[in-house]
Amino acid sequence: MNSILILICVTLALTAISFVFARQKARRQLAVAAKTIHSQPSYHGWFAGLMSGGLAFLALIVSAFLSLSPLFTIVLMVVLAVLGFFFAMNRIGADFRARTYVEYFIKSILVLCSLIAVFTTIGIIFSLLFESMRFFKEVSFLDFVTGLDWSAQTAFRDDQVGQSGSFGAVPIFAGTFLITLIAVSIAAPIGLMIAIFLSEYASVRAKRIIKPTIEILAGIPTIVYGFFALLTFGPFIRGFAESMGFGIPTQSAFTAGVVMGIMIIPFVSSLSNDVINAVPQSMRDGSYALGATKSETMTKVVFAGALPGIIGAFLLAISRAIGETMIVVLAAGGAANLTANPFESVSTVTFQIVTLLTGDLEFDSPKTLSAFALGLMLFVVTLLLNMIALIIVRRYSAKYE
Amino acid sequence: MSQSKIKFSCRDVRVAYSGKEALHGIDIEIEDQGVTAFIGPSGCGKSSFLRVFNRMNDTIPGCKVTGIVKMDGEDIYAPTLDPVLLRARVGMVFQKPNPFPKSIYDNVAYGPRIHGLAANKAELDEIVESSLTKAGLWDEVKDRLKDGGTGLSGGQQQRLVIARTIAVSPEVILMDEPASALDPIATAKLEELIDELSKKFCIVIVTHSMAQAARISDRTAFFHMGNLIEYDQTSNIFTNPTDSRTQDYITGRIG
Amino acid sequence: MSSSPSIHASERALKRLKKRHARERRFKVMGLSAIAIAVMALIWLLYSVIGTGYKAFYTHSFTLDVEMTESVLDPTGARDPDALRKSNYRRIVQNAMYERFPDVTDRKAKKELFDIISTSGAPNHLRQMAYNDPSIIGQSFTITVPTSDDVDQLLKGNIDRDLDESRRKVSDRQIAWVDQLMETGEIKSGFNKGFFVNPDSRDAELAGIATAFLGSLMTLFVTALMAIPVGIGAAIWLDEFAPRNRFVDFIEININNLAAVPSIIFGVLGLAIFINFFGLPRSIPIVGGLVLGLRALPTVIIATRATLMAVPQSIRDGALSIGASHVQAVFHHKLPHAGPGILTGSIIAMAQALGETAPLLMIGMVAFLTEVPNSPTDPATVLPVQIYIWSSNAERAWVEKTSAAIMILLLVLILINGFAIWLRNRLEKRW
Repeated sequence: MNSILILICVTLALTAISFVFARQKARRQLAVAAKTIHSQPSYHGWFAGLMSGGLAFLALIVSAFLSLSPLFTIVLMVVLAVLGFFFAMNRIGADFRARTYVEYFIKSILVLCSLIAVFTTIGIIFSLLFESMRFFKEVSFLDFVTGLDWSAQTAFRDDQVGQSGSFGAVPIFAGTFLITLIAVSIAAPIGLMIAIFLSEYASVRAKRIIKPTIEILAGIPTIVYGFFALLTFGPFIRGFAESMGFGIPTQSAFTAGVVMGIMIIPFVSSLSNDVINAVPQSMRDGSYALGATKSETMTKVVFAGALPGIIGAFLLAISRAIGETMIVVLAAGGAANLTANPFESVSTVTFQIVTLLTGDLEFDSPKTLSAFALGLMLFVVTLLLNMIALIIVRRYSAKYE
Repeated sequence: MSQSKIKFSCRDVRVAYSGKEALHGIDIEIEDQGVTAFIGPSGCGKSSFLRVFNRMNDTIPGCKVTGIVKMDGEDIYAPTLDPVLLRARVGMVFQKPNPFPKSIYDNVAYGPRIHGLAANKAELDEIVESSLTKAGLWDEVKDRLKDGGTGLSGGQQQRLVIARTIAVSPEVILMDEPASALDPIATAKLEELIDELSKKFCIVIVTHSMAQAARISDRTAFFHMGNLIEYDQTSNIFTNPTDSRTQDYITGRIG
Repeated sequence: MSSSPSIHASERALKRLKKRHARERRFKVMGLSAIAIAVMALIWLLYSVIGTGYKAFYTHSFTLDVEMTESVLDPTGARDPDALRKSNYRRIVQNAMYERFPDVTDRKAKKELFDIISTSGAPNHLRQMAYNDPSIIGQSFTITVPTSDDVDQLLKGNIDRDLDESRRKVSDRQIAWVDQLMETGEIKSGFNKGFFVNPDSRDAELAGIATAFLGSLMTLFVTALMAIPVGIGAAIWLDEFAPRNRFVDFIEININNLAAVPSIIFGVLGLAIFINFFGLPRSIPIVGGLVLGLRALPTVIIATRATLMAVPQSIRDGALSIGASHVQAVFHHKLPHAGPGILTGSIIAMAQALGETAPLLMIGMVAFLTEVPNSPTDPATVLPVQIYIWSSNAERAWVEKTSAAIMILLLVLILINGFAIWLRNRLEKRW
């Protein structure tokens, strides 16, 4: 690791040296040129620097691939860098368009930066698909999406009985759905009402206080919500239920769902606030002029206009809830129960991924591979939700432009 | 004209936005019959003044109205007065047509619904039809009442807004440069409609077009830099103005 | 027409109006309650964390006279450092404790007595001292070491003294000793420095956030190094140089979607690519930083693009019109104007990355580590993961520690976000 760091420093040093010398030469040479010059001396410097530094870097990559010795690598780098330097030095002159090449290089780097985001997506899809395929070789896809029994953790080595484990993911999907439902049915109305209050009722001063306060909720890391659910909210709910004569566990779909709902409130409120504010004031004026109250204007006119955007916001909130991890890991309980009772321990897709992929990994056992299959499901579902939401929101915002 | 009653009477009305005064003490009486036009160069305060009559200025943060405005002898800025009720009685049509993102039918039915003017669907249908008819739009839209109001042309949209306003059965209709976003043909149609409506409603119209004021109004008030300069029968204002500034404006020297 | 009373003034209409206003008030109250619920949830959360966590910032320590008996520690007298590491420092501490309370003879009582002090902390302290300077063997001096976490909890008032002895973690005898030691000043409360400088430990009184804090710093450094330059580069290309075609549309949609992909998926990606495919070690900040870097990338791109778009086109056109090349116009004129906004967006993206937990669990930054990392290639953990690890311990002392770690995390986040807001207010131009 350290030797690579040194070699990178060597590359940078070669670049800098070439830059300085080439610029100096260009300055001398271009000073006597009578006509307007295309490239300023520093561009000639950059050209030389990039030539020698680029070749040195190439040498570094090649020798890293061939695992050559550090000493040989340095020699190779310096030789190539010197060659590149002289190549560039020879070109210096009023007619050489160094700037064009340098700018071409800059633009190529920028393209590369944009492509990294694409590569990330491709990487996600391929890594999920690849391991999932291996999983579906051992467990049929149909069994996976329709099976009612999940006990991945008990699937062990070949010599154990019941080695195939049980990979019916329906209880996992049901648990995810239940928690998402609870979370969104808390976040959606509260978030929406906050957005409405902020855009229609709050004074400028009240807005200045309320908005950042709500946004603090969005800035709190999810692990903190998880801890709060586990140690404060869960016991509180259990205590409350006990005082009413019910016995419920601390960790349940309800505990995780409610706390997740609180976490998503600012997400819903800020997205809805944007779409509500995008409805032109003239709509409101038209309604007020007919003698409508603020709430009538809001629910019957503004809401009608903002509805697509609000649906988009809700879809994004659902996608967010499905992918949320730390709260469910700490507070959902984790038992793969197929239940509609919110006061039972349930498991979710993200919970299973965490349990299956932390600790010892065996990339040839269906236990580990099943996490990738679940990850693929998670990715596909959230991707679809995001796409639909983005299309709705985009179409909606185009309407009022 | 002389036996017409006074609808609005204003004493020393001032409008200020965030402490900056836009209207400096207006005294005016607006008659019940016919069309009253407010003219003047842009920024003279005529639109701000129009919004005084249905308290639309209340919806603008930082806007403050002082002075006395009476409608049928009743102070409309009294704390006991309900702006919602006032606006049902004083309708308004805006500069840019602003139909709601709903069907044509629902646009017109919106006001009657919130005010509970129809006891059943049949009554509501009747109100919608008669309002659209009065606004001269019925024949053009009767086959597509379920279509969106925003799909109509600009002139149709503005007439839809007028239909929406008269569906609430107001006493007064305020119009804030209603033709400024329309082409000449739609404008002509709209002016015809205003003439027709003036038989049943008290109409106050703000316009930047002197020709329009001359064509459609019975009385004209000229505003300049936040002051009411002159208020008289339209014919007098345009043929024999008493103030030199009115003279300058109608001859095109200011504005 | 005004002579005929308006239909809006009829009795029925007025009654209806009253109802409408009531509905209006209810609606407003609903809005206010929504805000109240959100704010109360925030207050409850902060209260439950701070109310427990603040106590972890002070702790109780025991000042004890010890004698580094040569016959126990180094019977051969060779002073061999390796041998000194394995010597029985526990015995030294035990002897010191028995010396302090000579009346205690019963075996069970002796054990209870020893349990007052941090049973691994005190011997480790002596071991470190002897290793650093073997000449102290044979000498007598005083050391100050943490009390056991149970004693600490007792003195913080978290253990009910009125409870039956069998139902609490400290015995009646221990309470008596501790009270006596408090009176003499041998046990004192003070600032809990160990919480900040110690790595993780099995013993609550010794556990600290140093490994996690340094791990977070290193991880974030790698994240910033990767996400910010690449993100800005991508944003510039998309905003200025990209042609308008299907492929660029696809890149843009892709970036928007990537921003909304659950963070745990990025962890799975890191596990499959960096660890399984490239064979990089697990648990190290470099891998964690790369994973969070990919996660933060779309956020940085989106924030940067928003800022770039807000810079008026006239600035770039002005530069172009005096003969600057497109690249020069962008880098010399547009980018400097967008600088503050880009910086703010990047800082906020880093704050988000600092709070991430799930992706780092996937790449194994969840190990129990008793060493502080020296470089981004040493195994480490990060603050949120440390909180996750500790949160599985239900004992009061651990809950206190966990809450305190959360307080530190939130404090750092507040500082980072506050800095970003300050920067924005100070530097950002309005067009």
